[in-house]
Amino acid sequence: MQNVARSPVTTDSVEDTGQMPAVMFGGATPPDRRPALPPTEHDYEKIQGSSEFRSLRGRFRRFVFPMSVAFFGWYMTYVLLAAYAHDFMSVKVAGEINIGIVLGVLQFVSTIAIMLTYVRFATRRIDPRVAEIRRQAGVDEK
Amino acid sequence: MTTTEAMRATPDSMPRGIDNVLAAPGAPAAVDPVLNTLVFALFVAITLYVVYRVSNRDRSTAGYYAADSAFTGRQNGIALSGDFLSAASFLGIAGAIAVHGYDGFLYSIGFLVAWLVDLLLIAELLRNTGRFTMGDVLGFRMKQRPVRAASATSTLIISFFYMLAQMAGAGGLVALLLDIHGGIGQALIIGVVGLVMVLYVLVGGMKGTTWVQIIKAGILIVTAILMTVFLFGKFGFSISNLLSAAAEKSPMGESLLQPGGQYGASETSKLDFVSLSVALILGAAALPHVLMRFYTVPNSKEARRSVVWATWCMALFYVCTLVIGFGAAAMVSTDDIKAAPGGENSAAPLLALEIGGTLLLGIVSAVAFATILAVVAGLTITASASFAHDVYANVIRRGDTAPVDEVRVARITAVVVGALSIVGGILANGQNIAFLVALAFAVAASANLSTLLFSLFWKRFNTTGTLWAIYGGLAACLVLVFFSPVVSGVPESIFPGADFAWFPLKNPGLVSIPFSFLCGFLGTILSRDEADSRKQAEMEVRSLTGIGA
Repeated sequence: MQNVARSPVTTDSVEDTGQMPAVMFGGATPPDRRPALPPTEHDYEKIQGSSEFRSLRGRFRRFVFPMSVAFFGWYMTYVLLAAYAHDFMSVKVAGEINIGIVLGVLQFVSTIAIMLTYVRFATRRIDPRVAEIRRQAGVDEK
Repeated sequence: MTTTEAMRATPDSMPRGIDNVLAAPGAPAAVDPVLNTLVFALFVAITLYVVYRVSNRDRSTAGYYAADSAFTGRQNGIALSGDFLSAASFLGIAGAIAVHGYDGFLYSIGFLVAWLVDLLLIAELLRNTGRFTMGDVLGFRMKQRPVRAASATSTLIISFFYMLAQMAGAGGLVALLLDIHGGIGQALIIGVVGLVMVLYVLVGGMKGTTWVQIIKAGILIVTAILMTVFLFGKFGFSISNLLSAAAEKSPMGESLLQPGGQYGASETSKLDFVSLSVALILGAAALPHVLMRFYTVPNSKEARRSVVWATWCMALFYVCTLVIGFGAAAMVSTDDIKAAPGGENSAAPLLALEIGGTLLLGIVSAVAFATILAVVAGLTITASASFAHDVYANVIRRGDTAPVDEVRVARITAVVVGALSIVGGILANGQNIAFLVALAFAVAASANLSTLLFSLFWKRFNTTGTLWAIYGGLAACLVLVFFSPVVSGVPESIFPGADFAWFPLKNPGLVSIPFSFLCGFLGTILSRDEADSRKQAEMEVRSLTGIGA
């Protein structure tokens, strides 16, 4: 119903016919009266080149790439310790609880923590930028 | 009434203690097949009714494949955890912890951390870019037909491996839970499981299948929580007490609580464990039936919420399996677990019998069955969508089909997939094919994850790179497994008599995953076809903002 994606194949051909006249007769007709662009078609290259989009993309990648490297590294450290450092993992910290169990539970904790951090980041830094770009592109926010 | 019937069915089992009964292999287990069947039949009846009620019988592709994208993030998140919590992760992980101790716990950590890959890198972008299948995303800015064919190949292979393992597992579970040991009886049950699953998919489409997952995940998690709270209470709400009781009872002693119980034997087995861990975290995020779930929500924010809900459910559940696993080690003797039909998998059911009697055993058994049923239904709809949408509509008909035809093909495919999985499940029953699950994860990580990430984040990535990465990763997995101890060379192999193994690891991920990324990179820079910059712009803008989605 709402927001169902269109097939990329059809989008492509409509966009072709839609943009050609605008380029060819660009000087003669005002740009906002280009005839063949239906309301759902967008000039993606223009949006991609806009400073708002570049800032969104940069902000997003500066968060998710380092974070992915961090959690993957932390997970691999844990896996390698479990595979090759048995003595270290077997050191008891409290009662029967050893470092291996503590580190394992910490993997749970770090996963939840990273998840919550990301949701907070996305709500504060990403969603408003997306809303602004969508508004400029003329897409209604639901 | 059911109890008396069961008493008659297994006359010796009730008065004697469970230890005595199960100590002798082949003796009737202290299970109540009638009660188990009743609870399971109740589950099937309820879910079928729900599936029937929610199905709107519309013939649109969006309805069949993606439930009209009308689920909320919370609903889809619970369904996602349902897709993930296969019988392998409930019975398997609890059993592995009970028998091998700490090393079983490591599985659950991999499954959980894997959600971060989906949350950070895939879920939202995939939801914005695609529509029904993984091929929608991979083919977005590439040449449609070859890329969709490759994507469908990997989807179908992964789904088939995964399904075969589940169906064969159903046979073992039948032996344990319904006390059916004959080959024909087990084959009959596998047939019933396949039939019900096809019914879910045909009647309910994605919407019905999702509700089955939600119901199943709910029952599974609640059951696990109840068992956990009970066990905790029994050991004075102290993890330390529980652990020391487990270590005392287990023949492994203190080493039950330390890593190395399952994989610490040799340098090769340690490396094998690392390889498995990498495949778990990277493969789980790229399983096609998990990816397809993200299309059942209306937008990327709901996709994000799905992952959050799924992560909470899984974290809760795996903390429970940790307690259940060590609880089983503390209360049921390891020899009993190993001697019971189903081996390790019987740890959780035996514990249920010990703490809650036949009724709790019946519920746990039914939940385990329901789990197999729901997971194979999810796999069936994924395989049918991939074939109908990618292969039929886009490769064979080149995008020129009516939605009604596409859904018809999808339904026929679901029946074929169901039939194949019944036959495959019966043939594989009793075979040691647990490696197929690990292999499915390795293929997902090698063929799907590399191409998804390149496609979403690397501007220059092109059609050749996509094909190299998918087929390269796929071939690497299959070839390495074929020449590994899984297939030949050791007594546990499929062909113990032959020896053509030269690859030492049972899990190919450590080699095949980097190999697939390398293939994608080389295919892209060595080929002459240019990436379509306009489609790339569209994909990038769409994936991040949802404009046009």
